[in-house]
Amino acid sequence: MKKKLAIKDHRLETRLFIKRIWALVAFVAVVVVCIIVRLFYLQILEHKFYSTLSDQNLLSIIPIGPKRGLIYDRNGVLLADNKASYTLELIPSKIDNLQHTITELGKIIYISPRDIDIFTKIAHQYHPFQPIPIKYKLSEQEVDQFLVNQYKFPGVKIEATLIRDYPLGATTSNVVGYVGRINASELQALNTNNYSASHYIGKVGIEKQYESTLHGEVGTSWVEIDASGHTVRHLIQHPARAGSTIYLTIDSKLQEVATAALAPEHGAVVAIEPNTGEILAMATNPNYDPNPFVMGLSADKYEALVKADGNPLFNRPIRGQFAAASTVKPFIALASLDEGIVNTQYTINDPGFFMLPNSHHKFHDWQPGHGRVDISKAIMESCDTYFYNLATKMGIERLDAALRRFGFGQATGVDMPEELPGLVPTPEWKQASRGQRWYTGDTVITGIGQGFLLSTPLQLAVSTATLAERGLHYQPHLVRKITDNDGVTTTTQPMMIEQVHISPYVWQTVINAMQKVVTDIHGTGEYFGRYADYSVAAKTGTAQVRGNDRNEEAVQTNIPKKFRNNHLFIAFAPVSHPKIAIAVVVEHSAKAAIVARKVMDYYLHKTVPRTLSAANRPTQLTGTGKTFEKSS
Amino acid sequence: MKNLPNYLYPNYEDRLKKRIQRWRWQSLHIDPVLIICLLCLSATGLFILYSASNQNNQTVLAQGLRIGLGFLVMIGLAQIPPRRYYQWAPWLFSVGVFLLIIVLLLGKMGHGAQRWLALGPIRFQPSEVMKLAMPMMLAWFLNDKPLPPSRTVLLLCTLLILIPSLLVAKQPDLGTAILIAMSGCFALFLSGLSYKIIGSVILLFTLLTPILMHFMHDYQRDRVLTFLHPERDPLGAGYHIIQSKIAIGSGGSLGKGWLQGTQSHLQFLPEHATDFIFAVSGEELGYIGSLIILGLFILILARLLYISSQAQSTFTRLLSSSLSLTFVFCALINIGMVIGILPVVGVPLPLISYGGTSIVTMMACFGIIMSIHTHKKLLSS
Repeated sequence: MKKKLAIKDHRLETRLFIKRIWALVAFVAVVVVCIIVRLFYLQILEHKFYSTLSDQNLLSIIPIGPKRGLIYDRNGVLLADNKASYTLELIPSKIDNLQHTITELGKIIYISPRDIDIFTKIAHQYHPFQPIPIKYKLSEQEVDQFLVNQYKFPGVKIEATLIRDYPLGATTSNVVGYVGRINASELQALNTNNYSASHYIGKVGIEKQYESTLHGEVGTSWVEIDASGHTVRHLIQHPARAGSTIYLTIDSKLQEVATAALAPEHGAVVAIEPNTGEILAMATNPNYDPNPFVMGLSADKYEALVKADGNPLFNRPIRGQFAAASTVKPFIALASLDEGIVNTQYTINDPGFFMLPNSHHKFHDWQPGHGRVDISKAIMESCDTYFYNLATKMGIERLDAALRRFGFGQATGVDMPEELPGLVPTPEWKQASRGQRWYTGDTVITGIGQGFLLSTPLQLAVSTATLAERGLHYQPHLVRKITDNDGVTTTTQPMMIEQVHISPYVWQTVINAMQKVVTDIHGTGEYFGRYADYSVAAKTGTAQVRGNDRNEEAVQTNIPKKFRNNHLFIAFAPVSHPKIAIAVVVEHSAKAAIVARKVMDYYLHKTVPRTLSAANRPTQLTGTGKTFEKSS
Repeated sequence: MKNLPNYLYPNYEDRLKKRIQRWRWQSLHIDPVLIICLLCLSATGLFILYSASNQNNQTVLAQGLRIGLGFLVMIGLAQIPPRRYYQWAPWLFSVGVFLLIIVLLLGKMGHGAQRWLALGPIRFQPSEVMKLAMPMMLAWFLNDKPLPPSRTVLLLCTLLILIPSLLVAKQPDLGTAILIAMSGCFALFLSGLSYKIIGSVILLFTLLTPILMHFMHDYQRDRVLTFLHPERDPLGAGYHIIQSKIAIGSGGSLGKGWLQGTQSHLQFLPEHATDFIFAVSGEELGYIGSLIILGLFILILARLLYISSQAQSTFTRLLSSSLSLTFVFCALINIGMVIGILPVVGVPLPLISYGGTSIVTMMACFGIIMSIHTHKKLLSS
């Protein structure tokens, strides 16, 4: 064995070596053929497939968000603006030590623990190469501070975006509404293409109603991107189409006057231009600042707002359903005169109460008695007994029909979301909703606007405007004109919905009576003030909140505020050529007439009468002692 | 034979001229065919690198300098007669193993992987030395043994292969470990290892694969799993292979044009200047370009194997042929990995991938091979 080991057969070894070389050559050949076939498969057969993938890699369609349309009032005062806002953003993939960077940033710009909390919560929703916002609404000083130090913070940048801003804040919040971040359910209902670059959507009010008008159309930009998502160059661009500018019918100054007049009481004012249906003011107090809603309100702040006294988020003009009380009397009077149920000569003797035949229940008047009362005096002094009697004569069906003719019980169709229709009760309604039959007593109290009858301040204002125009019922609306991106302006034309056909004599009778409400010494609207230098037709109303005597003034101070009566006031002026019709509802306070006076004075004269003040006006005016008994 | 009469040797003058020419090259210890092939390949490499580095002149210049250095090393090593390599082989191997152990210990003392040693300003990887030392050692060891090798010899050879390979794999540098082990295996195979043993070893490995997988580093196991299912993790471990396939596939038959590749220029393709440079050429130069590069490698292999077959001693022929095959398999493994038929192991494309040490090592291999080729006549005469 050992000997054999020592012997080397060179010829044999050479031959063996050559054989082995050829074996390896064969192996290499197989591998090379595999590679060639594979390359052929990738580069020739599957070329199209991989080409597409390659294009998808580098081409990206970036949506360009449109600029949201602005909102102005009727005089060109800006109500909703787009303000440049600076957001601090971090790109995690470019930052080595995120914790450290945030700590260092905190030395330059204040970053609250809550900001960091939210940042860490949302961070996982983004790709590592996408910028994630950490702080919104940087001040200019903060922006400057950062820019000076930017070189220390790779992967941190400031992004300028347009954020909705409401310069007037609370004054017009219930009309204009606000935008907020798009939520999941809204996203489903949307045309997602058009919103691919939008972060905000109208949530309430005009912002919601005219969302499609204000939003505009998204633009697109084809860009070449690199692997980290950065734009290398722009290829094609379809610019976004900005949203249209909306001019409201609202007079923001009048709205402000109305809000100020209401304060500190809770209530609503709606003022309408009767011959167009344009809503001049639609105020509610208390109200809220819409600006914090844009960036999102924290849960506890929202909670606080919901629980706040008077519910600031409650849009009284369109959603507050109040008992219309005596303000319905002129409308019932108009219908009954028109239908011939009574005439102007018809009188009753008012003992201070009304009793149905075969019944001992007394329906009390708000006064111990008005004596002999005809329809004019009944309106002027707001005689309940007369209207109890009238309602009984009409019956609920004709009464409901009369109210419906003036728009009660149905939504006005104003261009605002979430309007409530009020309620004109019918026996069927009562049966269906309460499971009780309709009593004649229900009819009796409907005659003075109590009971189940409900109406919104807007409805009352529209009915008053119809009355002012002697039956011409115009569609109430909030948008005066819309100017689109190309400068084309569409003006909303006054649209008459219907004409209430009643003879001019009847109109005149009722309007004359309504004038006396504020001018006659016995009129219930004397708080309004008799010395207005324009003619006014008006009607007061007092709605019982909880079974109090409606003549409650004597004991007023002892009743908790929330159980005091609601006061209403409808009016229009000037009587011959009405320029403004108004409805005021003040909760638990007798201020309604004074509020109406302030608003009308401002609108007709652009001045606020300084002498008008809630405390001293009644005594100054009459000084008869009798005044104290009247307030409705 | 130079004194033979004219009538016995037609065209004597011509033949003499050729002889003299060859002799001239031979005295310079240079193989012109090989050098031209290598120049073509490195020029192509620089050309692709210019695009792959996003037209970075500095990168190309640095690579050019390295290639220049490589050529100098090659010519230098070609001057040393093979018998010197024969003498040095065991020493080089021992020093190599010693350095590998030192690197490993240093790596443990520090933290994590360490592959290089710093000698003053020069950093070098002992594993690169091993690429040369391994085939030299085996060829030296088998030189005076009768072939095919006996079992004892075989066992010793296996040990010689395993020790440095495992040391390198431990660094961890799987790619280089595979190349080192491969060069040893080639030497064994060429020495006439019986097919029976080869077959049973392959069978054994197939059975041991699950156990091997268990001992792999996480990232190595990941690579193997990703190779089998690139879509497993399209943004993570599978990203390389997916983007590389997109790059090559989107190149088509003629490519997107030089400097026009989007996959590499927009950074979608990772490692596009180093391990995945073949994807860049595939994208920009297309199927034709890929075949040309492949062809250049085949051409070089053909020349190298021709040289090996001319070698006269067991040591020289084993050494030159296993070095040649290691070079070509390095290229084939890299291409196979880039086109997605082999798992991703860190093996560069020789002479084309950006990176210093491997180029110099490769050129050193060619230097030794040329030395073997150009010294043989002198030895024989």
